[in-house]
Amino acid sequence: MAGRTVTRAQLSEAVYQEVGLSRNESAELVETVLNEISDALTRGEMVKISSFGSFAVRKKGKRIGRNPKTGEEVPISPRRVLVFRASHVLKDQINANLTKLRPAKTSAL
Amino acid sequence: MTKSELIQRLAEHNPHLYQRDVELIVTAIFDEITAALARGDRVELRGFGAFSVKRRDARLGRNPRTGDSVHVDEKHIPFFKTGKQLRDRLNAGS
Repeated sequence: MAGRTVTRAQLSEAVYQEVGLSRNESAELVETVLNEISDALTRGEMVKISSFGSFAVRKKGKRIGRNPKTGEEVPISPRRVLVFRASHVLKDQINANLTKLRPAKTSAL
Repeated sequence: MTKSELIQRLAEHNPHLYQRDVELIVTAIFDEITAALARGDRVELRGFGAFSVKRRDARLGRNPRTGDSVHVDEKHIPFFKTGKQLRDRLNAGS
């Protein structure tokens, strides 16, 4: 696996290449997109991006956890967690590329 | 919020941009993330979260209805880990 990391910089660059905005404004737009998504999620809304995936907020109830090192019981208070479900389009694109890269195991048999 | 509602909001906050351009921008961002994941790269957006790809080995699965064993190919699945800042925001004031 390539193992490189893409950050805001590359996303801004992609925006910059797409429309005739300055680099600064492109970077701001990337930030605004992330903020709008975060705001909606914080309001408890689900965010659905077609052909990419959806982000949803799930409420978790109180439970008793354990410190795995000491075995001590620790209460875990109710909290909200974010779950991402990838769309089929995204899953298919990833598999079309990555799974093909490896030599087919079946041919070796 | 859907993608088109997101585009709508951005267009409202950026009246100097054509709606069409806002659409291109949003699409470019998600396409870039998709392309990175398809290369096997990680996408790390500090404060928001990180997207990565996990490999699932080939395995022998079962048809739950008939009980027949079926070969399931190796596959890759996208994974998202929420950033610390966003996680804290989700639980602020609760």
